[in-house]
This record gives sequence, C-alpha cells and structure tokens, in this order.
Amino acid sequence: MDYNFHWKPVIKALPELLEASLLTLQVAAISIVFGIVIGLGLALIRLHMTGPVKWLASAWVELARNTPALFQLFFFGFGLGSFGLHLSPYMIVLLALSFNNAGYLAENFRGGFGAVPETQIRASRSLGMTAFQAYTRIVIPQVLRIVYLPITNQMVWAVLISSLGMLVGFRELSGETQFFASKTFRIFEYFAVTAVIYYVIVKLILGASRLLAVRLFRY
Amino acid sequence: MIEIRDLHKYFGALHVLKGINLDVEKGEVLSVIGASGSGKSTLLYCINALEAIQQGSVLVDGTDVHAKGTNINTLRQNLGMVFQQWNSFPHLTVLENVALAPRIVRGLDKARAREIAEQQLVHVGLGDKLNNYPLALSGGQQQRLAIARALAMEPSYMLFDEATSALDPELVGEVLDTMRLLAEEGMTMICVTHEMGFAREVSDRVAFFHQGIMEEISPPEELFGAPKSEHLQKFLSKVK
Repeated sequence: MDYNFHWKPVIKALPELLEASLLTLQVAAISIVFGIVIGLGLALIRLHMTGPVKWLASAWVELARNTPALFQLFFFGFGLGSFGLHLSPYMIVLLALSFNNAGYLAENFRGGFGAVPETQIRASRSLGMTAFQAYTRIVIPQVLRIVYLPITNQMVWAVLISSLGMLVGFRELSGETQFFASKTFRIFEYFAVTAVIYYVIVKLILGASRLLAVRLFRY
Repeated sequence: MIEIRDLHKYFGALHVLKGINLDVEKGEVLSVIGASGSGKSTLLYCINALEAIQQGSVLVDGTDVHAKGTNINTLRQNLGMVFQQWNSFPHLTVLENVALAPRIVRGLDKARAREIAEQQLVHVGLGDKLNNYPLALSGGQQQRLAIARALAMEPSYMLFDEATSALDPELVGEVLDTMRLLAEEGMTMICVTHEMGFAREVSDRVAFFHQGIMEEISPPEELFGAPKSEHLQKFLSKVK
C-alpha cells in the first residue's frame, strides 16, 4: 500500500468540524422534541380515536417506520421542491427527522400506554381527577419512564441519520466533512475523524441520558 | 345518605345488577358479601359512576349520580374508594400520592395539601414512610396508603372493593384494623368483602348478593345467625 496519510488538513479543519457537529446535535435534539410531542399525539389518536384522523395517524406511523429514512428526507427536499415548496436544507432535515422520530416514538408510546394498568386511571378518577388530570399527572409520567430508553435510542438514531442531510446540501457534520474532503482529497482521513466525532457524540448522549434518568426516575 | 333505586346494570348482554334497592344512612357500616360475579363490586362502581347504569338511579346526599348535569368529579371527592389492587401511583412518594388530589382537585395550596396528607398517613400508621416510594412498601402498607389517599379528600363516604382480597394472609389484619378504626370514628362505609369476621364484627348491616340480586340484608347477628335464603345458607356453609 502506498497511500500516505495526511492528517494535518483535518486538524486544521477541526474547529469547523466541531462547529458542524453542534449543528448536528441541535437539529437532532430539536427533532427529538418534536418527535416526542407529535409521537405522543399520534399514539393517543391511535388509541382513542376512530375514522379519518386515526387513519392519517396510522399512515404517518407506517410510512415513517417502513420506508427508508433517505426517501423521507428526499420527500421533504426534492418532493416538496417539485411542488414549488423550497425549504432550506436545515428545515428539510429537521422536518424529515421529526417525521421519522414521531413515527417510531408513536409506537413506543403506544406500548407504554398499554403497560400502565387501566386501574391507575380508575383510581385517579375515583379521587375526583378529570380524565385530563389523570393522564397528565398519573399516566404520562409513568409512560415517559417506560419509553425513556427508546427515546434515548431514537435520539442516537437521529444524530446518525442526520448525516443523510449532506445529500440535500446541509452542512452539518457529514456535509462539512464532505466539503473539506473533496477540497483536499483527504477523504479517508476526514471521514475517519468524523466517525470518531460521531462516536463521541453518541457516547455523550448515552452518558447524559443515564445521568438524567437518575434524576428523573427515583422509584 | 346513599339511596339506590331499582338499579340495573348490564355488561353487554350480561345482566349484572337486577333491580337493586338500598339505602345507606350516614354513619352506617354496610358490608356486602356474596360469591364472585354476584355484582357486589359493580354496585360500588355504579355508586361513584366509574360504571354507567342502564336503569334506575343512585342518589348521594340527594344528588343524582348518573344525571346528565351532575359534576361527577365534584361528587367523587365525597366518595372515597379503595380498590382490591391498591393502585398506588408508583412514580410519586407516599406523601405525594396522598397530597396530589387535595392539591389539584380540591385546589388547596401545596403546604396545606401536604399537611392533610401527613395527617392521614399518620392516621393509618404510615407516618414513618412519607418519603418512601410505594414499591418499597408491603401490600398491606400500600393498601393503607390507598385508604389515606382517599381520606385526604375528606369524603363523607368510603367504598371498599375487596380491600384485603389481594393481600398475603399475614397482611390482611393491619388493613382490617384500619377499616375498623374508620368505622369507630363514624365514617359511612360500604365494604364489599370476603372477610366474614370483619362483616360480622364491624358492620351495622350485611347485604348478601346472589347473581345480581340483593337476596338478604339485615344486621349481622341475624344474617349470619339465621340466614333465610337458601343461597345464603349455601354460601355461608362454604366460606366457614
């Protein structure tokens, strides 16, 4: 093998790469927040409603879970684009990730609701709580604990698939790496370093999630 | 006073309660006995509207429980309920379990709600467990927690749905003692129970249910001493 490694350009570009990884983290984090809120809504709709609203919610979950994330990204990018709706790369990635997260988390929430006994609601209602109070004070806090690990996994997943964003011109960590790599032709070096950065980001998320769990769930 | 008139309840085609008429006076302790599936637990759920009814009426202090305009959430504050599966809220401490409803349902401020909660927990003998989580408690303790939680709403009536049936035998006594204590304090109680000893000693009257019909109701000495209905005689010979 006569390939000579050149790490210097990568090290020089490190500040830009780190800045881009903040963008990656940001878009993944915001998309998780949307994913949780929408996923919770989708799960509740599928559990408690009938008719067209339920079909729409089910279609969302089916499409998000059973089609490639890349196609979902292309839909929000080139798909909407061909109807004249041109979004910024940031918005495309944010929407696609939120769509995907919501679909996966909806199923997790659905399982979570199934795991909280119906009698918890009865006990709450017998104390005079409204249905809304029983849900927000008693059921959902227990569901959140059950889906906490799946949410963490989904957050990791969001960070990793946000790398597809470079295909719609988003300069997050992978996009930035691609940009520098093609400028310097140090493709292997750049992507090796970026892989390490992704690895560290994921480890940080898992660690933070574990710390947060200790604070949130004392029982 | 609770007045039940010609109460009918169906689960689909199943006729669970077949025309129940029953008055429970303030301060009375009524035990309801009968085989599983006789409709006695369903009766309780119809009193606080956790189940809808198909015919008849239930009045609590003159308010029609199942009428359209009735605010059921306000009404339930006056009807404490204790379940067979004690249903503690696992994500809240013992104190929070009891203080939550006074705060968010009765609208008391946090300090006052905690004060009431603490009082009731001391009342049922859990004064030393305030900051524990329910999963760290025994079944008997969790059931006493459930009693304290219901009492913190300061209800006029307490409904007990087989409060000791899911407990290990050695834990039944402490829960019955707590129920006995409430009875002595003059709480109006309807206790669906399989504890014949409790029914005999504590109740003012005992009602016997058989297949959705209240076949007999009388003071315990009479009901246990001289059962009239054939079903009751059979039932008593089996549980003794």
